[in-house]
Amino acid sequence: MISRFNVRSAALTLVAPVLAIVLAVGITTVVLLVSGDEPLETFGYMVDYGFQPRTMVLTLNLATTYYFSALAVAIGFRMNLFNIGVDGQYRLAALIAAAVGGAVTLPAPLHVTLTVLVAVLVGACWAGLAGLLKATRGVSEVISTIMLNVIATGLGAWLLHTDRLAVAVSGSNNIGTKPIGPSGQVPGLHLIAGTEVKVYGFVVVAALAGIGFHFMLNSTRFGFDLRATGRSESAAVASGVNVKKMIVGTMVLSGAVAGLVGMPQLLGASYSYSLDFPTGLGFTGIAIALLGRNNPLGIAFGALLWSFLTNSASILDVHQISKEIVIIMQGVIVLSVVVAYELVRRYRKSAEQRRVGQELAATAEPVKG
Amino acid sequence: MWMTATPEPAVELKGIVKRFPGVVANRDVCLKVQRGHVHAVVGENGAGKSTLMKILYGMQRPDEGEIRINGAPVTFRSPSDAIAAGIGMVHQHFMLADNFTVLENVILGSEPRQAGTVIDFSAARKRIREISDAYGLGVNPDSLVESLGVGDRQRVEILKVLYRGAKILILDEPTAVLVPQEVEELFASLRGLVREGHTVLFISHKLDEVLSVADEITVIRRGTTVETVNPGQTTARRLAELMVGSELPVPELRESTVTDVVALAVEGLTVRTPEGRPIVDDVSFEIRKGEVLGIAGVEGNGQAELVEAIMGIRPAAGTIRLSDTDITGWTTRRRRVSGVGHIPEDRHRHGLLLEAPLWENRILGHQTEKPNAKGPWIDRSGARKDTARIVDEYDVRTPGIDVHASALSGGNQQKLIVGREMSGDPVVLIASHPTRGVDVGAQAAIWDHLRAARARGLAVLLISADLDELIGMSDTLKVICGGRIVRAVDPHNVTPEELGSAMTGAGGEA
Repeated sequence: MISRFNVRSAALTLVAPVLAIVLAVGITTVVLLVSGDEPLETFGYMVDYGFQPRTMVLTLNLATTYYFSALAVAIGFRMNLFNIGVDGQYRLAALIAAAVGGAVTLPAPLHVTLTVLVAVLVGACWAGLAGLLKATRGVSEVISTIMLNVIATGLGAWLLHTDRLAVAVSGSNNIGTKPIGPSGQVPGLHLIAGTEVKVYGFVVVAALAGIGFHFMLNSTRFGFDLRATGRSESAAVASGVNVKKMIVGTMVLSGAVAGLVGMPQLLGASYSYSLDFPTGLGFTGIAIALLGRNNPLGIAFGALLWSFLTNSASILDVHQISKEIVIIMQGVIVLSVVVAYELVRRYRKSAEQRRVGQELAATAEPVKG
Repeated sequence: MWMTATPEPAVELKGIVKRFPGVVANRDVCLKVQRGHVHAVVGENGAGKSTLMKILYGMQRPDEGEIRINGAPVTFRSPSDAIAAGIGMVHQHFMLADNFTVLENVILGSEPRQAGTVIDFSAARKRIREISDAYGLGVNPDSLVESLGVGDRQRVEILKVLYRGAKILILDEPTAVLVPQEVEELFASLRGLVREGHTVLFISHKLDEVLSVADEITVIRRGTTVETVNPGQTTARRLAELMVGSELPVPELRESTVTDVVALAVEGLTVRTPEGRPIVDDVSFEIRKGEVLGIAGVEGNGQAELVEAIMGIRPAAGTIRLSDTDITGWTTRRRRVSGVGHIPEDRHRHGLLLEAPLWENRILGHQTEKPNAKGPWIDRSGARKDTARIVDEYDVRTPGIDVHASALSGGNQQKLIVGREMSGDPVVLIASHPTRGVDVGAQAAIWDHLRAARARGLAVLLISADLDELIGMSDTLKVICGGRIVRAVDPHNVTPEELGSAMTGAGGEA
């Protein structure tokens, strides 16, 4: 009885994202037809290119970055906090961590640990500001994190100057932090055969972070309080949860994970924070957290899908198909998945009520009148 | 009844059946409401009154049965169908936008247009004035809703449905939020409405009010209509018997278990609104082990705030002592861990995580205590095992502990909460309306558990709107009015009528 229900429940969980993807493919097909491109051919190009070894590595690498970002957002979402500031948090964290990492030479494990620790701390502090503002002054975290993003951009531009943290990058007019030496770099992994490109070593850290997230939510008192506050703040308060402390704690934790977003790129590829360091990852994280339903496994699938779409689209230019088609697809997926999840949630709720009613009526009292 | 001489009834429900999971469904409901009558539908909380009205208003569809409006059979797919048929509903909880004026609220969603584009405010204002004057509602279309009192807001809601052309008005527990004087004003408005040929369906469980305003009363019990009576030929007692059936559980305490040991002492407790007005005003009392202290009062006289202050949810001045320890500065969690249990007034908002399984709800409020936690970790298996124990001991009707709390009926949710709060040997239990909205069986069970815990030395603060429960279950009874304890009453020789008048401040000199 129970196990059958669980199978059905698992199927229901998958229904929403699958529906969303089908809908997205459908709408993209229409757009392609309208713009005069052959849909099947286009999708064919993307799949072919997407499954080449080199693209698969790139997909995995980008997904690692997305994963941290979405995890940071999900931590907030689980408590009904909307951390839009992951973007500013990771950029500031990566910049300062890059500067610190480039300035020192230490034995390898220590060097990496120090750099990552700085990133985590900067991210945590920057997000913690928004948490403090909300807990003490009641400022909506939506507003404050957006503004902190802007401040982070300004602060970053000021810090990334040859008078301060930056040096000129040789052979270009780019500037960046002093490159991190070999002792501070995280070696890549040869996970996929047939290509020289390596997978970021940080993919392991991402997996560990996901497991840690799951464990924190489900097995700790902090996680219980966090979920309880997210489900019903009034009930959490009555149960003795100090909501203000939870707000600050959750934002700090979210920011700490946000601090990791820039690390795969910094320690695995560029070794320096320069003007062309990737931006906007924090916003992608929001979409992926929604897609993955704030669940660590769901987010992993979401990150892979998103990254696959982004990477496999690069081939479309070659065939004179505009690759913005993928952005349409990603947008439709997010919109429809949110709707689909809500529909499934409602269906589930009433189905469960019906089931409980039936089972009780079947087993218990034949009470009349 | 003269078959031909009487006009068609305004509303006729025949054999309505609504199967509804987990809660009381409607069965074989038959109801005839004459045009120009105030027809009251009375029944206990959870008897199915609201479901029935939702069916009539198109919010729920009946599984079987027939609805006739003015003699013609109808099928409502949504409230807009019901509105089109001339039915309007005034909900218990107002649905008004605070920062809009009365006028804007009334026309919201059915704005009159000038030449199809611009909103015709002057026409709307004129109509609102006409309606207000015709029925003596005394509503000023240009006041801001947030500046209005509860009674005025309710009249705005009534005006809203009249503006949409309703001839049949459903009022769902309209007096629950009103003070006695406002109730009188409401009844005057209702009489004005029926004089003008409208029909009013009045849902309530307050029998005295029903007897004074209704032309006919239909009693509903466990989802079905039991009888329709004429208020002139019945009494409140007779109605109460019809409402609960014959096997009415009696709230009563047997021998006294009160000891000399003070478990909870509250002294000079004062809670203020942000504007500085005291809602709880210098309240002092002591509860000893094995004693139930009842607090009687019209709702909204500071009871909720008093409870929140004792639980540490709301800041307050004064001192609170648990046994001999001053807990005034303690957090809610520390108070709970030290043995203060809490059955909250609104179980959905404060007592449960509706979309979480029962075993997680067992943890709620006891996150740091055994068997739910080991150090900083949640003890899943301990919590699950103990949830199974509560389900068993407290007779929570559920297929398992993994179902969400929202799937249970109100009575079973409440039994789970009672079981949870009784776990871990509490010293003091703050019970706000412990049997509100639960069926008779659950009510009797909850009373049994309270009695048993009291015999073991539990000190209980009982807050209730059910006067019989207060009188029957309390060792000591105090009356709260305007945030102050105005008098003490001996529960052994007070009648509900006397208590009721003491609550409204009448007889305060005694």
